[in-house]
Amino acid sequence: MSEPVALKLTAKDFKSDQEVRWCPGCGDYAILAAVQQFMPELNIPRENIVFVSGIGCSSRFPYYMNTYGMHSIHGRAPAIATGLSVSRPDLSVWVVTGDGDALSIGGNHLIHALRRNVNLKILLFNNRIYGLTKGQYSPTSEVGKITKSTPVGSADAPFNPISLALGAEATFVGRTIDSDRKHLQSVLRAAAEHEGSAFVEIYQNCNIFNDGAFDQLKDPGIRDDHLIRLEHGQPITFGKDGQFCVVHPPGGFGLEVRETANTPAEEIVVHDAGVADPAYAFALSRLPGFDLRNTPIGVFRSVARPSYDSVVQAQVAEAKASVTETPEQQLAGLLGSGDTWTIVG
Amino acid sequence: MTKQIRQLDRVVIRFAGDSGDGMQLTGDRFTSETAQLGNDISTLPNFPAEIRAPAGTLPGVSSFQVHFADYDILTPGDAPNVLVAMNPAALKANLTDLPRGADIIVNTDEFTKRNLAKVGYASSPLDDDTLDGYAVHPVALTSMTIGALAELDVSKKDAERAKNMFALGLLSWMYSRPYESTLRFLERKFAKRPELVAANVAAFKAGWNFGETTEDFSVRYEVKPAKMPAGTYRNITGNAALSLGIVAAGVRSGLPVFLGAYPITPASDILHELSKHKRLGVTTMQAEDEIAAIGAALGASYGGALGVTTTSGPGVALKSETISLAVALELPLLIVDVQRAGPSTGMPTKTEQADLNIALFGRHGEAPVAVIAPKSPSDCFYAALEAARIALTYRTPVILLSDNYVANGSEPWLLPDVESLPDLRVEFASAPNGEDGTTFLPYLRDPQTLARPWAIPGTPGLEHRIGGLEKADKTGDISYDPANHDFMVRTRAARIETIPVPDVEVEDPDGDARVLVLGWGSTYGPIGAACRALRQRGLPVAQAHLRHLAPMPANLGAVLRSYDRVVIPEMNLGQLAHVIRARYLVDAIGYNQVRGLPFTAAELETMLEEVLKNV
Ligand SMILES: Cc1ncc(C[n+]2csc(CCOP(=O)(O)OP(=O)(O)O)c2C)c(N)n1
Ligand code: SF4
Ligand SMILES: [Mg+2]
Repeated sequence: MSEPVALKLTAKDFKSDQEVRWCPGCGDYAILAAVQQFMPELNIPRENIVFVSGIGCSSRFPYYMNTYGMHSIHGRAPAIATGLSVSRPDLSVWVVTGDGDALSIGGNHLIHALRRNVNLKILLFNNRIYGLTKGQYSPTSEVGKITKSTPVGSADAPFNPISLALGAEATFVGRTIDSDRKHLQSVLRAAAEHEGSAFVEIYQNCNIFNDGAFDQLKDPGIRDDHLIRLEHGQPITFGKDGQFCVVHPPGGFGLEVRETANTPAEEIVVHDAGVADPAYAFALSRLPGFDLRNTPIGVFRSVARPSYDSVVQAQVAEAKASVTETPEQQLAGLLGSGDTWTIVG
Repeated sequence: MTKQIRQLDRVVIRFAGDSGDGMQLTGDRFTSETAQLGNDISTLPNFPAEIRAPAGTLPGVSSFQVHFADYDILTPGDAPNVLVAMNPAALKANLTDLPRGADIIVNTDEFTKRNLAKVGYASSPLDDDTLDGYAVHPVALTSMTIGALAELDVSKKDAERAKNMFALGLLSWMYSRPYESTLRFLERKFAKRPELVAANVAAFKAGWNFGETTEDFSVRYEVKPAKMPAGTYRNITGNAALSLGIVAAGVRSGLPVFLGAYPITPASDILHELSKHKRLGVTTMQAEDEIAAIGAALGASYGGALGVTTTSGPGVALKSETISLAVALELPLLIVDVQRAGPSTGMPTKTEQADLNIALFGRHGEAPVAVIAPKSPSDCFYAALEAARIALTYRTPVILLSDNYVANGSEPWLLPDVESLPDLRVEFASAPNGEDGTTFLPYLRDPQTLARPWAIPGTPGLEHRIGGLEKADKTGDISYDPANHDFMVRTRAARIETIPVPDVEVEDPDGDARVLVLGWGSTYGPIGAACRALRQRGLPVAQAHLRHLAPMPANLGAVLRSYDRVVIPEMNLGQLAHVIRARYLVDAIGYNQVRGLPFTAAELETMLEEVLKNV
């Protein structure tokens, strides 16, 4: 195979002519800019890239990308993208979805896309609220959330999207934040390189209906004490001065945060996204509980498993390889198969 | 002993037994033998939804009816001339359908106290007057089968299970059927277990020889081949024909076929069949639900495949939102609804035509689609091709309304020449279509078809975004402009309304009928048979049958208005009649039945005779 030609695309090439219409200050702008700036790195011609979304503020995303795109219906983007990806393995297919879109109405399609390991890059913009419908609580809102539909506080426990994706057999699971472009792009890069489903949760601020939802992770004064930046092959320490670390206490099932000073270096967990057992990544996903302390970002899990697309394509290719007749001849043979009889005129 | 041979022009046989007795297979084989002989055939299976209802009970009865004749026939027959009853339940469940004088062959071994009690027979109907007026042939089917296999190395259970082949052998003898295809079939079916080939062949031969030797069967019958057009035939069910139609649409369009489906009776067989045709570029996906199934099909269509989804009523309800999206996106999509009795789970293995409303109207917004219904099992092949043609040419979802009756019924099919099938090739957009030569307008329409360009991902220079939000004419950009929305809604309606479909044909041989019977879908057979019977009695009646329900044929209004009375028999409470009245202001009379069973020709004949008296 010859070396791919450098396409020399820039962020500008990925901007469509449509006026962007999110609320001023919405985190979606930052994500859009980060994605548009990242896209040239893929070195994939624009016509081979497709963004498919559901419904929600976040799902307006495809309109702003100068690629192929479909703004579909609420919750169904993973299903539609599955049909596209399976039948067109030559395309790079991205799904953009929201916390309501992916985890409420579309929960079923999300988990099945992940378990199948369809070759989709799924970006879930999690603002922990229903933005487009003007501020009802979502399946990622914290318990007791006061919104228009829950005036005395929501009663139901939220999903942890990372835990959910891992439970759904996802082969790639990552998390990043709208405001940290460099980090966001590093996770996109890893996701794009992954064969199969790559699930990326992006914390996104909805400054109209849930402003400041992720402030602890953004405020330069305190963020370092909250964020755990996962780096493959590195011991997991965090805090302004690396004063915290993650250990696996003997006899326990999960991971815990300790003070680095009181922990022998060999007890600190070295991050390995390739651990086959999803229990490790799951334990990482449980560190924060639902306040934002001890929030890991980065790639939780990245393991190899053949994609659904590749298996299905291989079955079709193998079946076709055994054929020497033209499709018309095959069809004639098929129509005339089974018990036939002939009537002579 | 030499037997008398009597000629018949037609016979209806019903094989009935427990779900575990293999009656579907027996019926299938008898049908195949009959086909080899060149009779015209029509069959109707009838089985319970439960995989194995408790043995020997009424709900567990499974039956298969086959009608064969020396002329062309239209239905599986109203009433059997012969009932094969493998147990008391099968007798009781089917007796009411049997006219006096019919032959009943019963397996006496199963008429035990216990089995009789299971179905509420206080005394054996073989001993009391229940069967007076019928020609009853008591046969100890089970014990004779076991006896015939005594020398063979098979378990008693396997020997007993071969009793359906004994019955088939007997019936094959009675009706002088050629049995070579059945012997070959048994060899194929049990290829891995030669002892079962031997057992089933021995049981078949024992049944045949029993007919030959026993005095109880003094007459053998013959039904001469029917005069059918020359060519090669096979017997085919509606579901099989529909599947082949979809495969053929792929071949004739040169597009890969992508089927997204979620299992549901009676549509699952199409998924099973299509999953075998990867060689011909058919990809199938068993989705997580019906919504995903149609979503994946739509995604594949967007990518340039022929997207297909197959389901039954409850699944159509789930797909509704995505069909509306496909209407907005103006992409080809084929939705197959094999109707069953509803609402809700209803009677999953029974037939009905009650999804016409949901097909025509069951979507939010103004979301018109094309709707087509096949009229017989083999017609499912051509209906699928026609549905694909409309979907591909006019870039629209098309709903194909089959039903359980045509899906599982079968008839001989004159195999078409592949080259004679419609050419469905399409052209994808490949270059900008704007006046400036550089912009691409995804909603600029072909003036003839009103179809927009199909610009599939991967085409350089045509990158564009589509979605469910209202689109500006030509550019496809999001638009909330009132006049534009009004224009787009009307255009989408016109797109469907102006699809050219063939005129409806009227069958009125003498041209003097004053009453028109209008039907659609699977009622074609019974309506046709009733009309023929009336005409034979000198009562003129015209028949027209709709294949295209949306758009309707251009001449339909004129046809309806040229008769004094229009009668519309439907297996629903008048859904087509409602549309006809609304569209054409014609005072159509509905004749409606929702018993989960097809109309009988006789009931339609009686009904129509009444109507004829009153014009
Ligand atoms: C079938 C259907 N039900 C409801 C809606 C209304 N609706 C649109 S977006 C949305 C929630 C979106 O929330 P989320 O996915 O979190 O996206 P965000 O707007 O927050 O980005 C709802 C309920 C719809 N469009 N379709
Ligand atoms: S409502 Fe919230 S999520 Fe939606 S555009 Fe406005 S700020 Fe963004
Ligand atoms: Mg949201």
